Amino acid sequence: MSLLQLEQITAIYGASQALFGVDLTIREGEVVALMGRNGMGKSTTIKVISRLLKNPQGQVLFDWQDIGALPAHKAARLGIGLVPEGRRCFTNLTVRENLFASARPGEWDFARVHALFPRLEERGDQLAGSLSGGEQQMLAIGRALMTNPRLLILDEATEGLAPVVRQEIWAAIATLKKTTSLSILVVDKTISELRQVADSVVILERGVSVWHGTMDALSADVKDRYLGV
Amino acid sequence: MIRERYINFLIGALLLIVPLVALQMDEPFIITLATKAAILALAGVGLNLALGQGGLVSFGHAAYFGIGGYAMGILASHAQDYAPLMEVPFVIEGTNLMPVIWLVAIVASALAALLIGALSLRTSGVYFIMVTLAFGQMFYYFAISWPAYGGEDGLSIYVRNQFPGVNTLDPIQFFGICFVVLMAVLFLVNRLNKSPFGLALNGAHQNEERALTVGINVYRLRLVAFVISGAITGLAGALFADLNRFVSPTMFSWHTSGEIMVFIILGGVARLFGPVAGAAVYILLEHMLGGISEYWQIYLGLILLFVVLFAKGGIVGGLARREVRHDG
Repeated sequence: MSLLQLEQITAIYGASQALFGVDLTIREGEVVALMGRNGMGKSTTIKVISRLLKNPQGQVLFDWQDIGALPAHKAARLGIGLVPEGRRCFTNLTVRENLFASARPGEWDFARVHALFPRLEERGDQLAGSLSGGEQQMLAIGRALMTNPRLLILDEATEGLAPVVRQEIWAAIATLKKTTSLSILVVDKTISELRQVADSVVILERGVSVWHGTMDALSADVKDRYLGV
Repeated sequence: MIRERYINFLIGALLLIVPLVALQMDEPFIITLATKAAILALAGVGLNLALGQGGLVSFGHAAYFGIGGYAMGILASHAQDYAPLMEVPFVIEGTNLMPVIWLVAIVASALAALLIGALSLRTSGVYFIMVTLAFGQMFYYFAISWPAYGGEDGLSIYVRNQFPGVNTLDPIQFFGICFVVLMAVLFLVNRLNKSPFGLALNGAHQNEERALTVGINVYRLRLVAFVISGAITGLAGALFADLNRFVSPTMFSWHTSGEIMVFIILGGVARLFGPVAGAAVYILLEHMLGGISEYWQIYLGLILLFVVLFAKGGIVGGLARREVRHDG
């Protein structure tokens, strides 16, 4: 059953059109990788889903409900949890306060987030701004989980992190996949790491979804054509 | 660096000790100054919730200060003239009971803040500042041109209003009332700041988009904060009017809005006790420098300039350890 369905989305971002026709389906419990070179519309697509971009054309269905006109906070309450690019925690709140401010009732609470990222418990009283990049990323994921989402969107979650930390984040995503029914949309560039978690891939090229299929079906030819530099 | 909690305690203790010492030395004027500081601090605490925690630079908080003042003035003037406020469809009498006056001041200023906030929070940045200023000035000119309650001349109340079990005419006892109210409000605001509501308000201040994507209704959150903020400042207005036994349109003027903002900047934006420290220093400067020159605010301006340029955390921020960032 599909949880999220984008149909022929076109959208204008800033002064120019960024999306010219994006189709994307995420089933319940599925991990989908959204790929494409820089500037191909990945971030805009995420803005459409999380309702940060006003008035896209086309249909955005979440749990069979048209959310195309919903304000962003309502989309979040429906169950769309965004881990934004560049982390952006509330830097002058402590780790605990960051989580507390986002909490909504559901199965995800302090204990579960702490179990996934023990580091967040250790650093509970530290200001989020004083954390390392990796810890901030964990906090950003933890914060999104505290809203008890049904769809978790990870926008460049491992960008700019040390390899060891990246592995930690990917391991956490893998754990989420294994132990929950969460649907996950991952935006990332590293195919080798996506391969560990993603069930299927959608590739964007100049604002159009040009290819979709399973991770295994991603041939060298497709990679060259759409993802090569 | 000292923990902010200790600094707060120190500020609160100083504000309490100074009038007590003045009482021993038989200096009632100093008690009145301390009372004024406590009341203005309360007005600042109100604005600080919107400005400091919420990042809502309201340049029209004089509106609520004035509404609180006039709530006291109108109720008390009817009580002293034995003339009911209205007779149709039912009789509403004036009152000289502080708790009733406070309640009216709080409700009236909260309603005004709800209306003004609902409109002005649709804008942001400079526009928000200008819209709130415009609303404040609207009240100012309305008060000037409203002859029923003194118009430009204001309204005098001959006897201070009453509080059960307290002799409000005794300066130290009236100070006690104001000090307790201030501390009670500070306690509540502190609780509020640490609640999910306060944390969300702070988060939305740093990054509105992030707050939205964790499901926070930023507009409603800010509106609620704005209403609470206005209500607190309104309560301060009622006390201020009682201190002076006089209300005038000056309470509504944009100078008043600016002064309340100065307390916060001097004391430390978003610091719980920032407005208390700020208001106390302001009163101190006014008292000391006012004796030297009529234009004492020139010195205030220089000090303010120094704080803004070199000590952004204000008095409390300069002393406290935990840093509060406002741009994230």
